[in-house]
Amino acid sequence: MPATVDAEGFLTDPAQWDEGLAEEIAHENGIPELTPRHWQVLRYMRETYLTTGSAPTIRTLGKASGVPIKELYELFPKGPAKLAAKVAGIPKPRGCI
Amino acid sequence: MSRVVILGGGTGGTLMANRLRRRTDPAEVRITVVDQDDRHVYQPGLLFVPFGLMEPGELVRPRHRQLRPGVAFLRSAVDRVALEDRAVHLADGTLLPYDVLVVASGADLRPEETEGLTGPGWGERTFTFYSVEGATALARALGAFDGGRLVVDLVDMPIKCPVAPLEFAFLADWHLTRRGIRRRTEITYVTPLDSAFTKPTCARALSGLLTRKGVRLVTEFNAGEVDGRAGTLTSYDGRTVPFDLLVSVPLHAGAPFVGRSEGLGDELDFVRVDPATLQSRARPEVFAIGDATDVPTSKAGSVAHFQGEVLTENVLRFLDGRPLEPGYDGHANCFIETGHRKALLIDFNYDVEPLPGRFPGPVGPLPLLRESRLNHAGKLAFTWMYWNVLLPGRDMPGIDARMSMAGKRPLAPAGA
Repeated sequence: MPATVDAEGFLTDPAQWDEGLAEEIAHENGIPELTPRHWQVLRYMRETYLTTGSAPTIRTLGKASGVPIKELYELFPKGPAKLAAKVAGIPKPRGCI
Repeated sequence: MSRVVILGGGTGGTLMANRLRRRTDPAEVRITVVDQDDRHVYQPGLLFVPFGLMEPGELVRPRHRQLRPGVAFLRSAVDRVALEDRAVHLADGTLLPYDVLVVASGADLRPEETEGLTGPGWGERTFTFYSVEGATALARALGAFDGGRLVVDLVDMPIKCPVAPLEFAFLADWHLTRRGIRRRTEITYVTPLDSAFTKPTCARALSGLLTRKGVRLVTEFNAGEVDGRAGTLTSYDGRTVPFDLLVSVPLHAGAPFVGRSEGLGDELDFVRVDPATLQSRARPEVFAIGDATDVPTSKAGSVAHFQGEVLTENVLRFLDGRPLEPGYDGHANCFIETGHRKALLIDFNYDVEPLPGRFPGPVGPLPLLRESRLNHAGKLAFTWMYWNVLLPGRDMPGIDARMSMAGKRPLAPAGA
């Protein structure tokens, strides 16, 4: 079954995600290859979202994923929290409105 | 005799203590509220202080006076909770054993986590209105402000009252217009999120608001460093926003004692709980309420109020040995000031985004997701409701803990 995405390309159902899909989303968004450091961030993102219901913010990632903030920008250019969420197949970080 | 200990005498702790006291016999359940000070701040009022619309003095009342007779108030800082021993270690070394613990210690500001923010210029050129002291200092600075670049920066989510920074920008627009210096002022709203309105329903209904008020928007900006002398805000990816006056909403985190209590909190010291029962993921006899939790809804007084109804039931069930009720649905309800004596109203939960329509209530239907004077009146009336209905732990007439779809107009899903 093809994965369904919202208007911005985020998966609407995190359960449709798998590692192959992550590679595809990464390519489409300008990340040529997912390295073990990318995977470290992606696994942390998914685990956090699936247990708490919120996507971690950049500061939480910097504190808890084991990858410092500067490197997060190298791995996931421009908006690491948003791009990593997209590749990890979870909704983007949002405010209340 | 069961011992219920509540850590924190703010919105959540106070209303929990009062609700539990009304539902239990003092001969059977002892309720103790612990807080490090006796100043209860009406936090929604802080937004108005910088503009002279509320005085700092009107926002503060003694914590112990908000508690019903039969609730003990213990003034002490907390060192940590020993979950295995079911005891709170107070700062002076005293042990406070409990049968049920409710963590209601809110969210703290951590401005020192942003490099340079508390350095030169803090309280002179760089401010926060998220504390009584900060809001008071900002009122002075804004009074002396004669135009220039006013920057509102939200460092990172989650924050208390997530719309307050946006409300600040709207009120600043109004305030500066009235003083005749709006044309000499550039207002910029800087956010780490990808837009000011991140939910599709809000983006559609409110997208014109910033343009209409002439507020510039900088998105996906993660503030890494502040230079109060040079007047610059720099992001982790090297972008710079210059300012003459910076209004910062610093990083938030749970109470430091949560971090010292092994197993209780997450990386930011928010208490890990089940989002529907509010029971700790670490221990069955531990619960949390309000800003102190890690649940994926807004940190807001309305949330603590709605959670209070569910959590009271669950604490009673736990004491009786009955199964908990997964009754909390993420319900939040907020007025959003937009200036010129108008406000918006939003009502949502974990699953339903803020929708347009009309919100049925005790004073008649209020427009949802649309600016109106009625909503502004509602926001001002809320001050009285806070001290006299919400803190005493009474239900708001006609407003249920669970979100209702009555009056809401569902929208077609985005992209459909």
